Amino acid sequence: MLLIVCPYCGKRPEIEFAYGGQAHLARPNQPSQLDDQAWAEFLYMRTNTKGIYAERWRHSRGCGRFFNALRDTTTDHFLAFYKTGEAQPTLLGSGAPPTPRESAT
Amino acid sequence: MSAANGGFRTPSGGRVDRAQRIRFEFDGRTYEGLAGDTLASALLANGVHLTGRSFKYHRPRGILAAGSEEPNALVTVSRDAARVTPNLRATQVELYPGLIAESQNRWPSLQRDFGRINDALSVFFPAGFYYKTFMWPRKAWKWLYEPMIRRAAGLGRAPTRADPDRYAQRYAHCDVLVVGAGPAGIAAALAAADSGARVMLCDESAEFGGSLLSDTSALIDGQSGSAWVQNAVASLAGNSRVTLLARTTAFGYFPHNLVGLNQRLNDHLATPPTHQPRERLWQVRARAVVLATGAIERPLVFPGNDRPGILLAGAALTYLNRHGVRIGTRAVIVTSGDAAYQAALDLKAAGVAIAAVADLRPEAVGALPDAARRAGIDILPGSTVLGTEGDLRVNAITLGSVQGDKVQAGRRIRCDSVLMSGGYTPSVHLFSQSRGKLEWREDLAAFVPGTSAECERSAGACRGVYDLADAMADGAAAGAAAAPEPSNTRRRFNVDALERRSQAYLGVLPQAEAQSKDKAFVDWQHDVTTRDLGLATREGFRSIEHVKRYTTTGMATDQGKTSNLNAMAIVAKHLDVAIPQVGLTTFRMPFTPVTFGSMAGISRGDLFDPVRTTPTHAWAEAKGAVFENVALWKRARYFPRGGEDMHAAVARECRAVRGACGIFDASTLGKIEVAGPDAAEFMNRLYVNNWSNLGVGRSRYGILLREDGFIFDDGVVARTGADRFHVTTTTGGAPRVLALMEDYRQTEWPELRVWLTSTTEQWAVIAVQGPNARRVLETLVEDIDISSAWPHMSVGRGRICGVPMLLFRVSFTGELGFEINVPADFGRSVWEAVYAAGQAHGITEYGTETMHVLRAEKGYIIVGQDTDGTVTPDDAGLTWAIGKNKVDFVGKRSLERPSMKAAARKQLVGLRTKDPRTVLEEGAQVAAKPGQKPPMELIGHVTSSYASSVLGHSIALGLVAGGRARLGQTLYVPLPGGDLEVEVTAPVFYDPAGARINA
Repeated sequence: MLLIVCPYCGKRPEIEFAYGGQAHLARPNQPSQLDDQAWAEFLYMRTNTKGIYAERWRHSRGCGRFFNALRDTTTDHFLAFYKTGEAQPTLLGSGAPPTPRESAT
Repeated sequence: MSAANGGFRTPSGGRVDRAQRIRFEFDGRTYEGLAGDTLASALLANGVHLTGRSFKYHRPRGILAAGSEEPNALVTVSRDAARVTPNLRATQVELYPGLIAESQNRWPSLQRDFGRINDALSVFFPAGFYYKTFMWPRKAWKWLYEPMIRRAAGLGRAPTRADPDRYAQRYAHCDVLVVGAGPAGIAAALAAADSGARVMLCDESAEFGGSLLSDTSALIDGQSGSAWVQNAVASLAGNSRVTLLARTTAFGYFPHNLVGLNQRLNDHLATPPTHQPRERLWQVRARAVVLATGAIERPLVFPGNDRPGILLAGAALTYLNRHGVRIGTRAVIVTSGDAAYQAALDLKAAGVAIAAVADLRPEAVGALPDAARRAGIDILPGSTVLGTEGDLRVNAITLGSVQGDKVQAGRRIRCDSVLMSGGYTPSVHLFSQSRGKLEWREDLAAFVPGTSAECERSAGACRGVYDLADAMADGAAAGAAAAPEPSNTRRRFNVDALERRSQAYLGVLPQAEAQSKDKAFVDWQHDVTTRDLGLATREGFRSIEHVKRYTTTGMATDQGKTSNLNAMAIVAKHLDVAIPQVGLTTFRMPFTPVTFGSMAGISRGDLFDPVRTTPTHAWAEAKGAVFENVALWKRARYFPRGGEDMHAAVARECRAVRGACGIFDASTLGKIEVAGPDAAEFMNRLYVNNWSNLGVGRSRYGILLREDGFIFDDGVVARTGADRFHVTTTTGGAPRVLALMEDYRQTEWPELRVWLTSTTEQWAVIAVQGPNARRVLETLVEDIDISSAWPHMSVGRGRICGVPMLLFRVSFTGELGFEINVPADFGRSVWEAVYAAGQAHGITEYGTETMHVLRAEKGYIIVGQDTDGTVTPDDAGLTWAIGKNKVDFVGKRSLERPSMKAAARKQLVGLRTKDPRTVLEEGAQVAAKPGQKPPMELIGHVTSSYASSVLGHSIALGLVAGGRARLGQTLYVPLPGGDLEVEVTAPVFYDPAGARINA
C-alpha cells in the first residue's frame, strides 16, 4: 500500500485516496471549437509513461481535496506532491527508494 | 523406557524441559513428548517418521525439515469441531498437553493407504494428465471427473463449522523492522537499537535465535550460541523502543515498506485464554526494513529420495541439539558441503552410528571433514546416490562412485536414516515480493538480493552470507545503516566457529547408465519428479513459468521452498541453457499460509460490510417487509400480507397506489446541496439542463453526463434559493456524483464560488403517491398551499406535524405525488403521522419492487438498469431535457460526434409480449429475424420487465437498434425453448398524456 503525502493533511495510507488519472489535462474552454479528432484526443488519449508521471489523487476519505503527484511508474516511488493549479515541479530526485533518513522526514 | 524418551530422546541436552511431560494424540494413538517440543520433534522422539501420504502418488512420507519449509509433514490439528486447522506443518506446531493431530491424504490409514495404487499406476499420471486424460466424454467432467479428482487430490479438509475465535488487527509504525531473529537479525536489531531507533523484531518461531539454537559448537563473545541469544534478547526486551514479536511470520511485503505480520498468540497453549484473540494481523509501516530471513537447506535429487527417514542434515542437527532427539540409530549422510559434517559429529557424539558420509565432492578437505575423520567417521568422497530401499521407512541406500563422467555402482549400506545436504537456498521471498531485483550467484548456485526497490536491506544467510561471523557483522552493519540516526557505538562480535565451506548442489545427482526405476522427487509436496520436468520440456515448454504451471512444481502450499532451484536447474539442463535464462518464478505472498480469520479480523458477520438503514427501517421490519440491498442500503422491497408472495404483494401495492394512495420511503436518494453565488452557473456547466430559467420554488428532472456524452446519473433538482440547489441523485450514485462535481469544482472551475455538501443522511424522504395523496397531506401540511394551484414540480418550505419540511410535488409513479423531506431524526414520527392520517384514504405502504413497476409503466428509466454507460440522452428518449441554446455542458461536445447521432444506435422502446402473461427475462436478447441458430444477429436487449397488474399484461423496456423507427414491428426474443414474439411500442404504457400526474 502506497504512502501518499496529501499537501493538506500529510502522510496517509493509500486506502484514504482515490486515483484521478493523468494530471495537467485542462478541459478545453470552448469544446465546440474543437474538431472531432482534437476532441477525441482530449477525451480518450492518455500518456502511458514508463518513468516519471504526473498524476492526480484525491484525498477522498480525508479532506476531499484533489492534488497532483509525480510518481516513477517503474518503482512506484513518489518524487513530489503539489497542489492543483501549481506548476509541475522541476525534478530534484529519481524514483529510487528513499534512504532511512529521507523516509524519516 | 518411557514413551517421552521413546528410545530416541537423548539423556540430556536440548532446549526441552525434561520435567514437563506432555501427552498428545497423533492419528488416534497417544504419545508423550516434552515441553519445548514441536509435534515433529515429539513424533521423532517416539521413532515416528511416517507422517503423511504424498499428494498424487500417495507415497509414504516422513518429516523432511525442521522449519516452515517442511513439505511433507502436513497435519490437521483440532481442538473441537469448529477449531480445526488443516495443512499445518508438524515442524511448526508447538506441543501442548492434549494436542490432537491427524495425518492427511490417506484412507483408511497412514500405514495402509488405498491411494498407494496411484504410485504403481503412475505411468498413467504424468505431468498434465488432467488435461490429457479427462477430455471425453465432456459431460463426465461435471459428475465424475471433477468430483473424483477433487476427492483424490488436495490436502487437509476445511472445518465444517464457523470459526468461533476472534482475530485482531493492528497498525504499527517503526524506524526499523527486522524480519528474522537469527544471528544476523538479532545483530541488526541490536545495532539499530543502539542508535535510539524504534525497532520491531519478528520471527516465525517460538524462540529467537534461529540457527544458533541448533548450534552447540560455536562461541560468540566467549558464550555458547544459546547463552548469547538469551543475553541479547534480554537487552532488547529491556529497551522500551524495541518491540519483540515471536511466533510472528512476516508473510507479505507491500509497496512503501508496508509489511504484513501474522502473530499466533495462543495456538501453543492447551487452554487459550478467552480474553485473547487467536491471531493478530500487524500492518507495519517501517521507515527501513532489514530482511534477515536466513537460508533453507537444499535437498538432493536422487531416486527414492522421499522415503521416511530421509531428512535434511540441518534438520537432524536441530532435532538433536534443540529438542534432544536422535533421528534414528544408523545414518548415512550425503552432502555437497561442510555443514553436514557438523551433523555427523554431533549425532555420533549423541550415539547415532554414522555409517558413512557420502561426499559429492571429489575431495573432502577442510576443518570439519578433518574433524570427522579424526572422530573415525567413514568419508566417501566422489560419491553419488543410486537408490534407496524401504517401504514405510528407509532401510538401505545404494551409493555410486563418480569417476569423471562415469558412475560405478558402489556400496549398499543398511541404515534407518539418510541425511542430505545440498547447500543452502537463501530465503529471498520477501525481498522478491518487495520487487527487488534478484541476482544469480554462480559461486553459491543461488539467487541473492541485488538492487533493492524499497528502503530495505538484506543481511546474513538470506543474501548468501552463510559464515556465522560474517553474517553477524553483516546484520550489525545493516541494522546501523537502517537507522535514521547514526549510532555512537559500533557492534562487533567475536565469533569462534569452525570454517564451513558450502558447496551448493543443483539438479539430479549423477546416475549410472542403468538407472533406478524409482522416482526422484524435486517437489515433495506436489509430487513432481525429474521425469515430469523432462516430459514438460520434451513437450515444448520453455519458460519456467509454463513448466511450473504444467507440472505444478513449486505451486503447493510451500511454494517450492525446497524445490524451486533444483527444478530450474533440471529444466535448464534439459534445455541446455544457463539457469538465469530459464527465468525465476514469481514469489508471492503469503510466505506461509495465513488463516482467513487473520485476514478478515472483525470484518465478518454483521461487521462484514457497513449497513445503511433509513429512519423507517424498524417500522418496516415490524410490518414484515422483505428487504433488498441497494448499494449499502437496506431498502424495503415489498410488504407481504397474510402469506402473500412477492408477485401478489406487488400487484396489491401497485393497485393501491394507482387507485388510492401509497407511502414509500425514498430516504436513500442521494442528496447534494449546491450553494454559492455561482451555483446556477456551476449547475449549467455540469448538467445538460438549463438552470438559469428555473425559478426558486421549482424543480426539474436533471441529467448528468460524463464528458464522453453518456448518461452518468439523473435526479430531480430543486432550486431552493437564488444561490442554492437541492440536487438528488440515484441511491447508488451519490458518492460518484459528488466526486465528479468536486473534480470539476476543484480542478476545472476553481474560480466559481460554489460549495458542495452531501446531505443524503440529513433528510428523511417520505413519498406519498396516488390520487388521494393530497387528501392525506392536506390536514398535516402547514405554510404551503398544496391545492392544484401548486403545480407539478413545485418545491416549498413549510412544516408538517410541527417539523420543518422541504416539500416537493413530484412523482416517480405517474400519479399525483408529494415527497416530504424532513430532518432524518423526525422521519419515523412524521412517517407514522402520515400513515395514520392516510388510513381514511386507503394509504398502503409499498416497497422498491412496486416503485420499479410503477415507474416502468410510465417509461421512467433507472440509471444503471435501463442505461449501461453507453446510452446517450437521445438513446433514452430524453433529448427534451437538454437545455436549448446552451453553448456547453459536460458531455455536450461528445454528443456531436457522428457515431453518437447514428440512426442505428440502440434506443429505448417498450416491448409487449404476444402472450400478455409472459414476463420477459431482464437481459434477454432481441432479434429481428426469428428462428436463428447461433451465432445469431441480435439487435438489442431487455432492460426492465415486469407483470403489470394495473394494465393486465406484462410490460418491458429494452434498448433496440433503431428502436423508435420500429414502433409496431414484431421482434423476437430467442430463448432455449424457442422465440418469444414481442411488439415494439412506445416506452410509456400508462397515462401517456400525463393527466393523472397533473391532477
